[in-house]
Formats: sequence, C-alpha cells, structure tokens
Amino acid sequence: MTAAETLFEGPDAERAGPVLEVDDLRVSFPSEDGRVQAVRGLSYRVAPGEVLGIVGESGSGKSVSSLAVMGLLPDSARVTGSIRFRGRELLGLSDGELSKIRGRRVSMVFQDPLSALTPVYTVGDQIAEALLTHGRGRVSRQQADRRAVELLDLVGIPNAAARAKAFPHEFSGGMRQRAVIAIAIANDPDLIIADEPTTALDVTVQAQVLEVLKTAQEVTGAGIVIITHDLGVVAGFADRLLVMYAGRAVETGDVHEVYRRPRMPYTLGLLGSIPRLDAAQKQPLVPIEGQPPSLTDLPPGCPFAPRCPMVVDACLTEEPPLFQVDGSVDATGDGTGHRAACIRSAEIAEREPDAAEVFGAEVIGEPEIAAVPRAEREVVLDVADLVKTFTVTKGSVFKRKVGAVHAVDGISFDIRAGETLGLVGESGCGKTTTLMEILGLEELMGGSISVLGKRAAELDKAGRKAIRRDMQVVFQDPQASLDPRMPIGDVLAEPMQVHGYPAADIAKRVPELLDLVGLRREHVGRYPAEFSGGQRQRIGIARALALNPRLIVLDEPVSALDVSIQAGVINLLDRLKAELGLSYLFVAHDLSVVRHIADRVAVMYLGKIVEIGDVDAVFGAPRHPYTQALLSAIPIPDPVKERQRERIILEGDLPSPANPPTGCRFHTRCFLYASLPEERRRICVETEPALEGSGDHSDACHFARSRAVVEPMADDHR
Amino acid sequence: MIGFLLRRLANYVVLCLAATFLAFALASATFDPIAILQQRNPPPPAAVLDAKRADLHLDQPVPQRFLTWVGGVAHGDFGRTVTDRSVVEELPRRVGVSLRLFLIGVVLGVGFGVLLGVISAIRQYRLSDYLATLFSFVILSTPVFVLGTLLKQPAQGFNDLIGTNYLQTLGEQTPGFQGSWFASLGDRLRYLIVPTATIALGQIAYYSRYQRSAMLDVLGSDFLRTAQAKGLTRRRALFKHGLRTALIPMATLFAFGFGLLITGGTFTERIFGWYGMGDWLITGVVSQDANIVATVTLFIAVLVLVSGWLSDVLYAVLDPRVRV
Amino acid sequence: MVTLTEDGATPGGSPVDTSVAAERSPSRSRLVLRRFLRRKPALIGLVVVVLLYAAAFLSPLFAPWDYAEPDYTAFLQPPGGTHWFGTTKIGEDVFAQVMRGLQKSLTIGLLVGLISTSLAAVVGAAAGYFGGWTDRVLMWLVDLLLVLPSFLVIAVASPAFKGQSWLIFVLLLAGFSWMITARIVRGMTLTLREREYVKAARFMGQAPFRIIAKHIVPNMASLLIIDATVTVGAAVLSETGLSFFGFGVQPPDVSLGTLIASGTESAITYPWLFYVPAGFLVVFVLSVNLFGDGLRDALDPSAAGSRKRDKKVKKGKTGKTGTGAQA
Repeated sequence: MTAAETLFEGPDAERAGPVLEVDDLRVSFPSEDGRVQAVRGLSYRVAPGEVLGIVGESGSGKSVSSLAVMGLLPDSARVTGSIRFRGRELLGLSDGELSKIRGRRVSMVFQDPLSALTPVYTVGDQIAEALLTHGRGRVSRQQADRRAVELLDLVGIPNAAARAKAFPHEFSGGMRQRAVIAIAIANDPDLIIADEPTTALDVTVQAQVLEVLKTAQEVTGAGIVIITHDLGVVAGFADRLLVMYAGRAVETGDVHEVYRRPRMPYTLGLLGSIPRLDAAQKQPLVPIEGQPPSLTDLPPGCPFAPRCPMVVDACLTEEPPLFQVDGSVDATGDGTGHRAACIRSAEIAEREPDAAEVFGAEVIGEPEIAAVPRAEREVVLDVADLVKTFTVTKGSVFKRKVGAVHAVDGISFDIRAGETLGLVGESGCGKTTTLMEILGLEELMGGSISVLGKRAAELDKAGRKAIRRDMQVVFQDPQASLDPRMPIGDVLAEPMQVHGYPAADIAKRVPELLDLVGLRREHVGRYPAEFSGGQRQRIGIARALALNPRLIVLDEPVSALDVSIQAGVINLLDRLKAELGLSYLFVAHDLSVVRHIADRVAVMYLGKIVEIGDVDAVFGAPRHPYTQALLSAIPIPDPVKERQRERIILEGDLPSPANPPTGCRFHTRCFLYASLPEERRRICVETEPALEGSGDHSDACHFARSRAVVEPMADDHR
Repeated sequence: MIGFLLRRLANYVVLCLAATFLAFALASATFDPIAILQQRNPPPPAAVLDAKRADLHLDQPVPQRFLTWVGGVAHGDFGRTVTDRSVVEELPRRVGVSLRLFLIGVVLGVGFGVLLGVISAIRQYRLSDYLATLFSFVILSTPVFVLGTLLKQPAQGFNDLIGTNYLQTLGEQTPGFQGSWFASLGDRLRYLIVPTATIALGQIAYYSRYQRSAMLDVLGSDFLRTAQAKGLTRRRALFKHGLRTALIPMATLFAFGFGLLITGGTFTERIFGWYGMGDWLITGVVSQDANIVATVTLFIAVLVLVSGWLSDVLYAVLDPRVRV
Repeated sequence: MVTLTEDGATPGGSPVDTSVAAERSPSRSRLVLRRFLRRKPALIGLVVVVLLYAAAFLSPLFAPWDYAEPDYTAFLQPPGGTHWFGTTKIGEDVFAQVMRGLQKSLTIGLLVGLISTSLAAVVGAAAGYFGGWTDRVLMWLVDLLLVLPSFLVIAVASPAFKGQSWLIFVLLLAGFSWMITARIVRGMTLTLREREYVKAARFMGQAPFRIIAKHIVPNMASLLIIDATVTVGAAVLSETGLSFFGFGVQPPDVSLGTLIASGTESAITYPWLFYVPAGFLVVFVLSVNLFGDGLRDALDPSAAGSRKRDKKVKKGKTGKTGTGAQA
C-alpha cells in the first residue's frame, strides 16, 4: 500500500459526525399512469469510513435515492426532504455548486461499466479529467496523466501506463469497472456511492471488483454506500444494512443483526428465497408471492401487506414507521440501532421462526425414476466430443478469414431420464454455444449429439422435427422470449400447430398448461406485456411443456428475475421435474441456483469441461483449481461466514478463446500453477490434461487435489 | 484501416460503372433524338438523318455504345451532344458551377444544422425547441422549387429597401462583367446568396432533426452521468462528452444528405438560371441526349460515392471503435 | 403449512404471482391512442390530412366550376366571387384545378407509400433473415439504386411513358423510394432474428417464411406504419418535383406539380396562380410529416434507445421526436 499512501491522505480522523445524513427524502417522477413515488420518506446516515449496504429489488427506489444524493436525477424529478453532506444541505444547490462537490467529496460508481465511460476518449484521459476538473490551476496536465496511471495501477490494471492510452472498448467489463472506480477515488472523496457495482459482472470478476472497492475504501477512508439486490454481496462488505421496499426503508441495523435476526417478514422472506451454496441438504426455497406494488397510487397500509403471510387487519390501515426492535440498543440515539417497519416484529422476535415456516415453503421431492440407479436409466441426451469454431472475418466488402475461435472444443456429457445437469462457467466459456448447437440440430463441426438415442446428424428433416418435440427450450429473458404481438393462448398453441396437433386438442391442452404452471385460465387472451417477469417466465415454461417433451434445455432461466420471484420459478421447475419426470439441461452462471436444482454439474472453462460429476461431490470437494476459485468467489448471505472465508481471487480476465493458452487452458490464471516449482509447471504449459476421475466425479487437472472452499451450513442454523 | 478504405473504394468504382451503365442503357433505350430532328421544319433530308445516326452510334447495340463511350471517357472524351458540341468542353464550367453551390450549401447546412439540433435537444420542450422543430418541419415539407420562388420575394424586398438590385436571382454572374479578380468575386457573391440559402435551408433542417435525436439519445446515457459524477458541470459534460459522441451518427448521415442535396441542386439551378450539372441533366433529357445524361450520371455517382467514402473516413475519425 | 397467523388472516392466496400487473397496465392500443392524442401537432396533422383528402375527392360535387371548363368571361381574375381562388389566363378555375391536382397527387402519394413500404418490408426482411448471399445481392442492389438519384432515373425514363397511364409513374416512384427503409428493416430483422421468441419458434421447427410472416414483420408494424406515412409525404414531393419539370404527370392530367410549374413564372404578378397550389402542397406534406412524427412517438417511444428500455422507473420521460421526411 505504499503507492496508495503517497496518493491519499488516508482516513481523516479530525472530522467527526456523519458524512451523509438523508432525512425524509421523497422523490417522484411523472409517468404515463400518473406520478411515480419512487422514494417515499427515506432517512439514513453514513459515518466516516462506514459501509452502508442498501438492499432492495428493482423498483424499490434504491438507485433513485442515490442519484438524488448526487443531484443527478433528471429535471422531471421532484425531490423533497433533506440531504446533508458534512452538515451542508445539498438539496437546492445549483449545478455549479454541486459539481464542486461531485467527484471531489462524493463520488459514484455505476452499475453498467460497458456504458459508463465515454467511448471516444481514452481511459487515462477520463481519469485525468476528474483530477483536472477539481484541480484547475493546481494540477498540471502531466501530473494528472501520471496520477491517472498510478490510479489504474492501484485498481489492479496490469501494465497501467500503456493501458491508460487505450479506449474503453478495448477494456473488458471488469477492467472498465476498475477504471470507473479509479475515477471515483481520484480526488480522495469522503463518500463513495456504488450503485450495483458488480451486477453486470461475472462472479470471479465480481470478487475482484469487490476487493478493489475494499482497497479503495481502505486507502481513502471514505464512507461507502453500496447498493445491491444481492444479499450475498453486502454480507461480507457492509457494516450496516438498510432494506428497501416500495420506496421506503423497511428494516435497518447492524449487518450481523439483520441477517441473524430479521424482524420484518420481507427481509425474512428475502433471506429465505436465496438458494445457499453452503447448503448440505436441499433447503426449501421461500417464494414471496405477488410482486412489488405500483408506486403510482399506493393503497394505505403496509405496502408489503398483499404479499405478507403474516398480514393482519391492522396492517392494512396504516403504514408502519420504523420501530426500534426490542432488545437492540440505539446507543448513539441517532437511529443506527436495529429497526424494522412491522407491527408484528415483536411476535417474530418471540418465536424466531424460520422463513420456510412463515412462508410455507417445503422441500420438493425427487421424481420416481430417481430411485433407479443412474446407469440403468435411459440416456436422454448424449453429447460426445462436440466442437464448434467460429471464423473471425475482417472487412465488409471482401471478407477474409483472420482466425478461428474455438468456442467449444471437444466436450462430452450425457443426461439421463429424470436428471438435471447444471452447466456452469463464466461468460465466454462456451456454455451458450453448446446449448445452441444442441438446439440447432444442424451439421456439427465435430462430435455428435444424440437425443433419446437418435443421432441428430443422421436424421432427415422430418426426423429432426420429431426430435424437436422431445426437446424444448426456456430462455433467459422472459421479456424477449415471448412474441409481444401474440396473446399467450397463441404463444402456447404455436408449438402444437407446428407439429400438426388437431385444433380441438390444442384448445384442450392450453388451459391445462396454464394450470400446470400456476397461471389463471382466464388469462389466455392477454398479451405478454400484461404479465410480470415471473409470470412470463412461467408462460415460457408452459410453452416448453406443450409437446410433452422429455428434455428441457434451460438457458439461465431465473437470472433475469428478482430474487423473491426467482424462488417461485425454481420451485416450479423442481415440482414439474418431480411430477413429470423431466430431464433438464440447466445453464447458469449462478452456482447457488445450480447447487439447489441440479443433480450433476459440469464446469466449463474456455470451451472445455474442467470438472464434472455429482453436484454434492463437485461442490463439496472441488478438485479443479478453477472450480475452487469459482465457488470461493460466490458470496454467501451470511456475514459471519463471509468474513471468515478464505477467498481465492483469480487474476485477470478470461483469455481470448481465439488464442487460448497452450496445455492446460487455465494455467495463465491458476493459483496452483503459480505455486508450483518450475519443472512441474512445464507439464501444465505443454500437456493438456484429460478429464479423469473415479465414481461420478472427474476433473481435468494434472495436480488436482480436493479442497473444501465452502463450509457446509450447520443444521441448527437460525 | 487503409486496406479497408481501399477496398471500399474498389467497390465504389464498380458501383459507379454499374450506375452509369444503367443510366446510359435506360437513356439509350428511351431516347430518340432522330425523332426530334424529324420534327424540324422543313424536315432534314434522309441522308442527314442517317449521318447523324451513325455519328451518335445509334446503329450499334446499347452495350457496344456504352463501351465506346467508356473508352472515350478513359481518354478524356465524353462524346458529343446531339447538337454536335463536345461534352468535355462544357464539363469543367458546369462542374464548377454545381460544386460551388453544393459545397457552400453542405458546409452551411452541416454547421448550422448541428448547432440548431444541439440547441433544440438541450432545450427540449422549451420554446426554442418548438420553434426549431417547426422550422425544420416546414422547410422539409416545402419542395425546393417552391422554396426558391418564395425566397425571391424577401430578396426583392431587401433590394427595394437598400435601393439597388444587390441580390440577384437569375444567373451566376453579371454577363460580360469586367474587373479585378476581387471585384469579380464580389459580383458572383451577389448572385450566390439567394440560391445558396435555398439549398442550405433544406440541409440545415435535415441535419438539425437528426442531430437533435442523436443528442437526445446521448442525454440519457450512462457516460454523461459519469462525467457529471466526476465533477463536470452539466453544460461542460454535455459539450465535451455528449456532443462529441452525438456527432458520430452524423458521419453516416452525411452520405444520405448528399443525395438529397443533388436533387435539390437540380431544382435550384433551374430556378435561378445557373448552368450547372443539374440544369444540364434537364437539357439532356429534353433534347434526348444519352451522352449528356451518362456524363451527368457519372458526375452524380462519383459525388455520391465520394461523399460515402468521406463519411466512412469521418466515421473512423470520430469513432475510435471502428479504427482497427 | 405453518403460519403465524391465528386470527383468520389468509396467508398467500394463489400459488403464483397474482395479476397485479394485468390490472395495472392499460391495453396497448389505448396507451398508444392516449400518447398520440397528447401530441397536439400530430393531431392537427391528422385532421388536416383527412380534410384534404375529403376536399380533394368531394369538392367536385359542390364546387361551382369544373376543372376542365374554362370561364371565358374571367381571365386572370384574383380570388373572389364564384372563382374562390381566382382564374388562370385562359379562364380555368384555380380552385377546381387545385382540387383536381390534389386528387392526383394524394392518390399517387398514397399508392407509392403502400407499394414502397411493402417492397421494403419484403426485401429487408428476406435479406436480414436469410443473410449470406441473399443478403449480399439484395444490399448491393440497394446500394446501386441509392447511387442513382431516383429523380434522375425517372426523368430519363419519362419519355418512355409519355402518353401512358400515370400508374406507370406510380410504379416508378415506388420502385425508387424503398431502399432506405429496406435497410432499416434489414437492420431490425437482424436484431429480431436473435430475439429469443424467434429462436424459440425456430427450435420448435417453424418454417422460415412463416417465422418472417408471424414473428418478424408483425413486430415491425410500428416502423412500417410510420414509414408508409412519411413516404406518402416524400412521394408527393417527388411527384410534384418531377411534374414541375414535365417529367411526371402529363397533360391533360394535372397535379400540384404541373400547377405550380405554370404558376411560378407569375408568382409576383398573379400570386394566386403560384401560392394556392404551393400552399396546398406544403400544408399537406407538413401535416403528413407531423402526423408521422406523432405516430412514431406514440407507437415506438423507445425508437432509438432500445437499450434504455430495461432501465427502471428512473426515467420519467424520454420523449424523442423522430426525424423528418426527406425533401
């Protein structure tokens, strides 16, 4: 940290008192349906050096409130209340006055690093600009440029001096987010607001960026407000937590307190709705039914009441304020104790119930066929030595080949009846390509794909069409996977029409399908836009079920959904599998979801499977260093565990698949490789490891040794 | 990058030839210059008509005539008109007249158009935005031949006001004007103002609409927010980060805008009595002269493609993402 | 199911997300209508367009003079009396002539708008969906036609259709005004092709042409409607321009272009001969453009910024006015 010491003054002990005080903040916007009350009376404060986590689902007002602090809301927003920075009121300041504070005293890191930097200026220039803007007359151009390079180095960009001259599009997402953090800390601010800083990033990169944020906090001593929907991300990072729902704080307190003793049913449900990576046995997932209320005209009463299993009549009359939770001491009297906005929080305190108990979630059983030994079950999908390369071309008129990307490079796996295989890996590892090859049923560049024993390559057009009946797909984005111009009745009927079902059968099947996924039959004439995200995903699942398939390919089916909705869809998939004996190929980047739903898991890295096997074996005792790193990067929603965990941080980004490393493709980022003596390293660089193992657990590493990176959850948890 | 631009250029040459051939073939197929001669009173003797036919190679099939013509062009010979004048002799003067109109028009159009669009976007839904929008809509809905005629009125009014006929609306310069180079420039300026305004107004309206929406797109962008978050005032962020980025789509538009300009230029030349390429095209069609039509087409195709090529270059200059 | 509620409150009624969203969002057509009605200029544009069409086709029923019937008692008379817009130098009634010309111009505009947009949809969607050689050939054709200004081609071809029906002229105009739209359609098809619902249709075995007809073209309906509208205005401008030079509508037919051409010379001396047809032309095209612009805002509020669509409530109003027509 020597570089950092010369760069920053460090924590400023002299100035006591909160850095930021927000009081009764209210923000509203005009919209098609009337004024949206995006934030409705939010109060919080941030002490110097303190990390406050604000957690909420989309539309809870968490981002709007932070933009209000920065004074970056559009003109149409109406903002009232008070925002005091170091005692100075920010609301009502002119743009000119605010711009003296922004970037110097308060800075911000945004969600989407891909669009956060201006595409036409170099990264170095954009960092230097932050310094020059506030140091006019004091900082020279050369000084600013030099400091920009130092900052890039500090946030972990290798070869910073050269990279500073690069344009944003030459940076990966993770590197861009580092650059944005460099801009944010350039002027040694007192407060950094990070708005979903890792949401758009892969888990391994997320872990890196969180690490950088922690460093940034250490060197600047700034207070941090970190906004997220992911309870795992804040568990290890935040000191205090504020849970937002429908534009208000519904629970706030010390992070350990809130995780251990949630006093608001919403928080309780939220914690129960996340699948746990550290769950040894299958835990029930808590779905929170319904969806957040519309913020245009809220009915009186607690806004969570319509979704709350503990609702009583009194909940519907008046919106509860934040009550001091019994037993917690508000030591300083400034509202930093544990508080919750629920009139029944005392009852919750008394009984300490489980989320599953309150919300009535149960573990869903296994299909009957699961009792049959795996080897005796029918092979539903068999993929052998699958290869897919893309040619990279240049020029628009006379295209010429300049190289090939080995997106998938010889992978094999099979899926048996009634089984779920999870396919995981970072973006760019080839999992989506694998999926598209399987679904495309077209001529392969190498290897074979067989569905229910029939080789796709040997089939004629009619045979391929017949296979499509047995293999269906559910996509990631419920918004994009349904044709917005078709009523859902037609959406569900389309696969049956294509496969020549008689109209009478179709008319009978459509309501059945709606029942099956838990939607109302009357909604058959509605358009996709009239449904919420979770409902649309159910429609997508119903469409996949229309032809009674044997295999459903699921491409990140829950990653676009809010956590509380996600649990409901996972439970539905679980139930359908149990009832209909389906097989799933489940592609996901969220390993916790995979752990919950999958029977077996395959981990991909740069077009290769590096580890495959029974989900408990792979997650419980991962043998490949990549799997270990991947698992260790997943945050666990438990502050105690999260802070004690040993974390493996991978270096750098995924290498380009157009030019993969020799030998073991992972060796460039491998911590195990780095620790090996020179002579043993050679084998990693020169020889590609084969996928080998015993029982249902194989890995592709020359020096594999199992290492538990996730401690299983104790049974008496909570 | 250079390779890319060269390949583009090669494609353009092919397109140029194809376009010229198409126009030549079409003209040869529909035109019948002999019929016009026959209508003369008294009708010319048959021998004269035959000689004319041979002169114009009308006895040959169309592709062969085209090849003959292209062969000539390669040696700087664009053929002869129906009235037996050399095309190439008249070409430079007409090209000069047209380019003068186009270039000044496009420079004024892009400059003021971008300015107007930006003002409109950052003052969205204010009076200045509504006025700019109204202006653009009215201009874009007014054909050039109406606009030109309309502009003659205020020009007349201006002349009446100052008491001399300063603004001229017919011709390119005073016939038989004698004087120094500088005086000649002043004289041409008097003839230039109204026609150029006619052309430029349309261009301003066109570019301002696109610049406005490009700017509005940028106004909601994340990087503009980042720039403000680092301490730039809204105005500075808008100009340094917003405008710079919003100029990128303008590069692509430039090529399309040029096509618009050429059609508009033809009308302008006719209305204000400028003997440019557009005027020549009309003359060529009326006198059923394939050589003139092909020459003008070649000129237009070259202009359109040069503007397309320029817009590619401009795009690469403005956007680091396409500089490979 | 174990719950804490003992006092009769019902925990979680239906097993799924309730349909709050359904009750909340008004139907799409109503929303579009509401957005459109809020834009006054667009509304005015629509009303004027409708009135002009009505006037052009209905006025011969009640107007005092017929367009082909000169009044030999009134030459070059200024507006007034039974000659509402005055007379020409051979005594033709300007009102009747302008209405006649309007009729022709508007019919041509409407037909060209329909034909060219349909052509653009077919070519663009085919090029975008099939890609490869189909795409390359079609786009080269588009490039070629863009190099040749339509004005030039039609002017050159005009001697061929002298004396022919004006419908050939319509086909020519339509044949040269679809290219830019086809490019836009192709671009949209390229994105739509990667949409998951199109992929879903492909993976369920739907045939390519059915996918285009069922999933791709309907999802570009807003664009096509807007484009057809704007093309009507542009086609009227092209028609009048060509007719102005005598390359378009041929006598004895009249269009606004031929009327303006004969009025230009006397714009200062007998202003009504020029200003009346020119005024009608400008007002019509302006109205069509305003209407098209309003339609764009109402049908496709996120026309350019599709990436902004997934942003939360954050954005109040990202009003975006599209770009005007080409002259």
